[in-house]
Amino acid sequence: MTPDTSQIVFEGVSKFYGEVLGVNKVSFSLHPGITSLVGPNGSGKTTLMNLLTGLIRPSQGAIYVLGLTPQQPIEFFRQVGYCTQFDSFPPGTNGYDFIYRPLRLHGFGHGQAAKLANEALERAGMAQVARRKVAGYSKGMRQRIRLAQAIAHHPSVLVLDEPLNGLDPMARAESIALFEAIAKQGMHVIISSHILEEVDRISDRVVLMSSGYVVAEGQIKEVRREVRDHPMQILVRCSNAARLAAAAFELDHVVEAKILDDGHGVLVRTRDAEQFYLLLNKIVSGGLVEVDAVAPADDDVNSIYQYLIGSDGGPA
Amino acid sequence: MRNEVRRNLFTRRRIWIYLLALIPALIILTHVIFDRNQPSGPALEIDTQVLAGIVQLYYFRLGIFFACMAIFTWLFRGEMVERTLHYQFLVPVRREVLVVGKFLAGAVVAIALFETAVLACFGLMYSRFGSAGKSYVFDGPGFGQLGSYLLVTALACLGYGAVFLALSLLFKNPIIPGVVIMGWEAIAPIFPAWAQLLSVTFYLKHLCPVSLPITGPLAIFTIVAEPVPAFVAVLGLVSLTIAILVLSCFLIHRMEITYTAE
Repeated sequence: MTPDTSQIVFEGVSKFYGEVLGVNKVSFSLHPGITSLVGPNGSGKTTLMNLLTGLIRPSQGAIYVLGLTPQQPIEFFRQVGYCTQFDSFPPGTNGYDFIYRPLRLHGFGHGQAAKLANEALERAGMAQVARRKVAGYSKGMRQRIRLAQAIAHHPSVLVLDEPLNGLDPMARAESIALFEAIAKQGMHVIISSHILEEVDRISDRVVLMSSGYVVAEGQIKEVRREVRDHPMQILVRCSNAARLAAAAFELDHVVEAKILDDGHGVLVRTRDAEQFYLLLNKIVSGGLVEVDAVAPADDDVNSIYQYLIGSDGGPA
Repeated sequence: MRNEVRRNLFTRRRIWIYLLALIPALIILTHVIFDRNQPSGPALEIDTQVLAGIVQLYYFRLGIFFACMAIFTWLFRGEMVERTLHYQFLVPVRREVLVVGKFLAGAVVAIALFETAVLACFGLMYSRFGSAGKSYVFDGPGFGQLGSYLLVTALACLGYGAVFLALSLLFKNPIIPGVVIMGWEAIAPIFPAWAQLLSVTFYLKHLCPVSLPITGPLAIFTIVAEPVPAFVAVLGLVSLTIAILVLSCFLIHRMEITYTAE
């Protein structure tokens, strides 16, 4: 079967380091957009990224990136850019050369490589310090120069291992804007991060990992719906909170209905969100309660992470 | 290649390799200063033997051997230790091209260093004889000997370089295998001819222009039991080098970036 040239596909991928499990039987497909890999330390995120970019080989299974494999390095690495977590650089190099030299290996002529290098430096906000030695950069600057190097050749797939580490809030916001701009162009952006609030904000899809296994993957809302062990939490801001709470309690699938401290809302925990919304419609259309806002309270990455992985890092 | 040459040639960590290459020249310089204007004749012949000994016993067995071990094992291992090898693996270049490129860079460094050293030794050695020395070099066999020494030095760098490059891809710590190789090179002459084909010094000995009148156990380092024509020795060593490089090209595909395990 010809691999899909628009997706990143993992087929039954396992990686063992001797007897130590890296990842086990991972199978999923990624569409263009921003996908976040989320999991505790040692869950296999970096292993997955290294497998995807060919820096390590799978013990079992196959990986296709836009229909290509790392065994076709000339086509493959033109499409893929990887900003690793390794904070190390060739000795004695400056920021400009760090980006320019690999571009020459990409086959760009001197003029084109220089243009792309300068462009990448501008995008990463490093143009002013490009001629300084990388050894003299701060941690945030080193992070940004590595990011610049990963994007310089305009890859279709950008893999970023904890790209926001060491960045101040402004640099973080700028980097996120950059990722979103790249993803909007139809590229794949794969990010691993511990900053769940930002993952939640920028990601289209999430892959949750724990102990080498993919615990869940998909769009955040879809993943949340699949987590049936933990009832959905829905926050309703309304006028007659007690009335709504009483009506909600009559439903079998409602586990809890808690009136908020300010008395102007109810936090409902339900096993069947669709049925609850139907009830809410009935109550509102009956004029019994005036609803100001309704929103799920726990369909974010942080909540999913806690439910599926837990705060101790193991499967919940 | 330029990066590699810069990394291996112009760095303080490599000072000891410069010393390895240039110590004989410094010793000869001292000899020249204190024994200048001695009569030629026997002294010139003796110095020719001494030079042959320096090249065959010091450079082939120690100087070039250890320098190539340092230069070529560091080409990939060094990048693993410095955690920069992934940059090379993430470019659209076949890994075989990386192997050949790094090998050539290491070869440029080693050859430049040791050719310079051998040239310096040769020049200094005969400089103290004045016109007699000049006559020996330009009108006598000296120039041919120099050409042979330079060729053999280059081939030694290539041969040992290929061996150590392959070792660095096979072993995390190539020091002990390097010592094993050193032992093999020392005792290879006692093995059958077909086994000696796997020894770098086997080919080098055939190309040395001056034979050393050594007797006793040390003769094992210089005696050529079954001489072959020079072109066969050159071809043989080049073939061995290419075969080991092909092995390295195969080994590089197995290499993974696992810095935490290094």
